[in-house]
Amino acid sequence: MTEEIIIAGFGGQGVLSMGKILAYSGIMQDQEVSWMPSYGPEMRGGTANVTVILSDSRISSPIIQEFDTAIILNQQSMDKFEPMVKPGGLLIYDPNGITRHPVRKDIAIYQVEAAEEAARTKNPRTFNMIVLGAFLKVKPIVKLDNVIKGLEKSLPERHHNLIPVNKEAILKGMELAKKYS
Amino acid sequence: MAELKLMKGNEAIAEAAIRCGCDGYFGYPITPQSEIMETLMARQPWDETGMVVLQAESEVASINMVYGGAACGKRAMTSSSSPGISLMQEGITYIAGSELPCLIVNVVRGGPGLGTIQPAQSDYFQAVKGGGHGDYKLIVLAPASVQEMYDFVDLAFELAFKYRNPAMILSDGVIGQMMEKVQIGDYKPRLTDEEVVKRYGSWATTGKPSTRERNIITSLDLDANSQELFNLKLLKKYAEIEKNEIRFEEISCTDAEYLLVAYGSSSRICQKTVDLAREKGIKVGLLRPITLYPYPYGAIQKLVPQLKGILAVEMSAGQMVEDVRLAVNGKVPVLHYGRMGGVIPTPNEVLKVLEDKLIKG
Repeated sequence: MTEEIIIAGFGGQGVLSMGKILAYSGIMQDQEVSWMPSYGPEMRGGTANVTVILSDSRISSPIIQEFDTAIILNQQSMDKFEPMVKPGGLLIYDPNGITRHPVRKDIAIYQVEAAEEAARTKNPRTFNMIVLGAFLKVKPIVKLDNVIKGLEKSLPERHHNLIPVNKEAILKGMELAKKYS
Repeated sequence: MAELKLMKGNEAIAEAAIRCGCDGYFGYPITPQSEIMETLMARQPWDETGMVVLQAESEVASINMVYGGAACGKRAMTSSSSPGISLMQEGITYIAGSELPCLIVNVVRGGPGLGTIQPAQSDYFQAVKGGGHGDYKLIVLAPASVQEMYDFVDLAFELAFKYRNPAMILSDGVIGQMMEKVQIGDYKPRLTDEEVVKRYGSWATTGKPSTRERNIITSLDLDANSQELFNLKLLKKYAEIEKNEIRFEEISCTDAEYLLVAYGSSSRICQKTVDLAREKGIKVGLLRPITLYPYPYGAIQKLVPQLKGILAVEMSAGQMVEDVRLAVNGKVPVLHYGRMGGVIPTPNEVLKVLEDKLIKG
């Protein structure tokens, strides 16, 4: 099994840390992982993205131009990455702030109202975990237990008190995943 | 105790430095390698192993601090990215001319000039063909994974001390910024002056005992004849390095009719190209030089009789390809493919060039 994922949105949405938690979850189930961020002017100017690959075998190129899954959190990323999802692949996005919705007919498309949920619970920093939950509902490539272990590994110990909140957010995201087309 | 961690390539360099008994790091921040010093500062190894970490006022100062540390027989290192490495060239040639061991890490970005902050491999010539003035060589290691970023720090120091020669890790923004699993090794203790003398001989300025003449570290010799003798001594050393230290990896080369040659991040991209090409029934292999100096000319030569053509892939206008051509000596066509300025080629792009230019062309 190899899953090639792009997560893309604005800086500050937790795009890179969502990828890191996913990568750690992969390690927890003995997979090979790679995490390749954008670090150029786009990071300094707003958008951020990260390519995460989880695989049962050695990962060749960490740089790819076709993805099994695209997790998209702003319009610029929609424009850029919708065409790069493999036929039969998955696109999952938060419709908040999206003006042009995806049009591909050969991929599965899901929505998750993560920004709305994070605002409703007054816990904006759980936004990325809600999105992650929705993704894992549609594609359970890592077990929830391993995600929690991944959180433990990627969060500094002083933040471990936040793990239950994050777990709740993941579970909420699983409920919120909604098929779009 | 070995443990498994998810780390950026740059963080792996820092962790490896602490654990391999490095005595001092001297550097100046520049993207895409600033995490090396950031990690060192956060880890505060001066409390743990006694390793010194210092942000110098410039790259020129950094390399000269390394020069001083190395002269005392210490494991001293610096890191930078392309424009910063250019600033260090004077210091590097002095260190080579003084026959001192040290580690320089270059996490390459696009050039020339200030260029861009994205990954490139356009410092190959600078790393393996000189960079500074005079006849000298660096031992150059090219990691292709975060694990190798970690492993090569100790290896580079070992080789540097074995040959009393500066070593360079030539990486780039891809390997520096990406995260992968890393097997973290045990701590190696920092060596005392006595241990340095015992292990590597008494060339270092560790304080003169009454039992030997004073050690002089210099790269200056005003007598042309004795300078030439020194140059010949260097050549002999380089011949030893070329005999003993060539490292490379072959992937799917046994039955290959076409060969990709690529190092560092380009070799990762080419691994995927090999997979894609093999799915289409094209017999292609990959040769990945791990040491760029000494270069694996012989390994390429050995494959030439079975090959119809070679494609050298690097993120530059075509630098390493010259060494591939030297190895092949005109016996089969050698093409170059590369992107520049921080653009990273994709596996499919390389496959298309392989099919359209090398196989059909």
